[in-house]
Amino acid sequence: MADRLRIVVVEKDRDRAMMIIDGLQDTGDHDVTVIGDDTGLARKLAAIDPDVVLIDLENPNRDVLEALTLASSPQERPVAMFVDRSDEQVMRAAIEAGVSAYVVAGLARERIRPVLTAAIARFHMVARLRSELDATKAALEERKTVDRAKGLLMKAKGIGEEEAYALLRRTAMDQGKKLAEIAAALITALELLK
Amino acid sequence: MSHVPVDVGFVPLVDAAPLVVAREIGFAAEEGLELTLHREASWATQRDRLVWGQYQAAHMVAPMVVALSAGIGGLKAELDALSVLSVNGSMIGVRPEMADRMGAADLGFTDAAAVGEALARTARGRLRIGVPFPYSMHALLLGYWLNRPGQPLAHQLVVVPPPQMADAVASGDIDIFCVGEPWGSVAVERGAADLLLPTKAIWQFAPEKVLAVRRDWAEANPRVAEALVRAVWRAAKWISERGNIGVATELLALDRYLGVPAEILERVLSGRIVVNGHGRVERVRRSVEFFDAAATFPWRSQALWIAEALARETGLPAGPLRDVARSCFRSDIYRAAVGPIGADLPGASEKLEGALQHRTEVASTLGRLILGPDSFCDGRVFDPEDLAPVAGPAQ
Repeated sequence: MADRLRIVVVEKDRDRAMMIIDGLQDTGDHDVTVIGDDTGLARKLAAIDPDVVLIDLENPNRDVLEALTLASSPQERPVAMFVDRSDEQVMRAAIEAGVSAYVVAGLARERIRPVLTAAIARFHMVARLRSELDATKAALEERKTVDRAKGLLMKAKGIGEEEAYALLRRTAMDQGKKLAEIAAALITALELLK
Repeated sequence: MSHVPVDVGFVPLVDAAPLVVAREIGFAAEEGLELTLHREASWATQRDRLVWGQYQAAHMVAPMVVALSAGIGGLKAELDALSVLSVNGSMIGVRPEMADRMGAADLGFTDAAAVGEALARTARGRLRIGVPFPYSMHALLLGYWLNRPGQPLAHQLVVVPPPQMADAVASGDIDIFCVGEPWGSVAVERGAADLLLPTKAIWQFAPEKVLAVRRDWAEANPRVAEALVRAVWRAAKWISERGNIGVATELLALDRYLGVPAEILERVLSGRIVVNGHGRVERVRRSVEFFDAAATFPWRSQALWIAEALARETGLPAGPLRDVARSCFRSDIYRAAVGPIGADLPGASEKLEGALQHRTEVASTLGRLILGPDSFCDGRVFDPEDLAPVAGPAQ
């Protein structure tokens, strides 16, 4: 089909890549390729010859893409891409979301815009999910530490679970520290005394 | 009074040191700034976050400021260089086998002509040279060195992110690299490369990174802009003072800055460069310079050299580039910022580039300023007054 876009997503993380692809497919029947291993990125892109490349702002290989946008000479068959900066609002939103888009020269804006909008939304979603996941992981870690400290206290002092927990809490409050910090300190101290 | 928040992007390189020190040793706070440093993995993102307002200032390869202001490379944004953050500081290296073929051990480590000849002798086809960015001093200095009139050396620049330079040369994706420290020394440490030449062998006093801001921001916030220039100037002075290299090195080594062992960083800051896997050490004076010889001064003649070099590399007319370059190296803001705190300011803002073989006294506000040496590998002198006139409105 003539208006199928060839889109490349440069993304190491499989889950993130899948989420982005999902979002892009909602905007049309595009031909989406994920490049997970970005070594030799220029070569890989030349082989695919994409219309649009989406890449995380934090990816160091953005500079490789920048160079490709300049390497357009009529003799070589270039991966002639340029960053579409004509639409300031979209550019700003993209940077907020942490995505950068390289679009082949001459592509109509109305064809690109839905793709960019979807990509921006998905990058936002990915970032939010990631920070939530990090928070959940941290909370889980803290709970494990507190549980372990509680167990050690129960054994060392021959007290019950509730009493051990109350002791940890009280100490944390007295010292103006977090429960998890006191628990971690206790674990370290008891390990040293072993 | 509360401090003014200023967000500044940096790319993990030794020459981010003045920004790191300005924050960590407290010069920024003393100037009333709450300086937050953000590490960026690419110059493209550094540029985007500056241009689109997430950062107020950025550590930037000097030619980018001129290129962006002139609208080369897809994006036009009026940027200013408020001061020079570093002079020199990049290394050229090859795979150890190629260094052996070239007989690198017998070539002078600062002899650009000899190394150039050895390269020409041993090159098989067009040399692929890794650089960090198309509009970088790396690219412009390589062009100056290798495109010698009458005997150019065929080459092609390939952009490779600095931390990947060692892998790229080891895998054969590139034949040579030219990269900002510590990534050249890191490649040696990993056994991936031998160093052939510091870029200062091409130009002994080449501006490398600048403190870049948006022009509209500098105009709307002149006091903050000046405070920022003062903070990094004082930081650069502090780094240059005897005995502070150790602390500067440890700060840069922190994970939130470079995350590279202090032992490697110290080689660069002290100018004792380990050039190959056998541990050969070369003493390089000013392997990177932050302060001495008016290193921080944004000379308009340096900007003009960059404009000429960009014109040669891109084939664009030099006239408009000259005008842009001259106006975006803001020696006026620099003077206003650091004159009152004891900086010895040069009498002029343009000078001959490459004319000084030795350290030479020049006219200055306090009368103690010594410049140079600053010569080019081919001995030519760049005289801004001598630039060939160009046709068109820029004239």
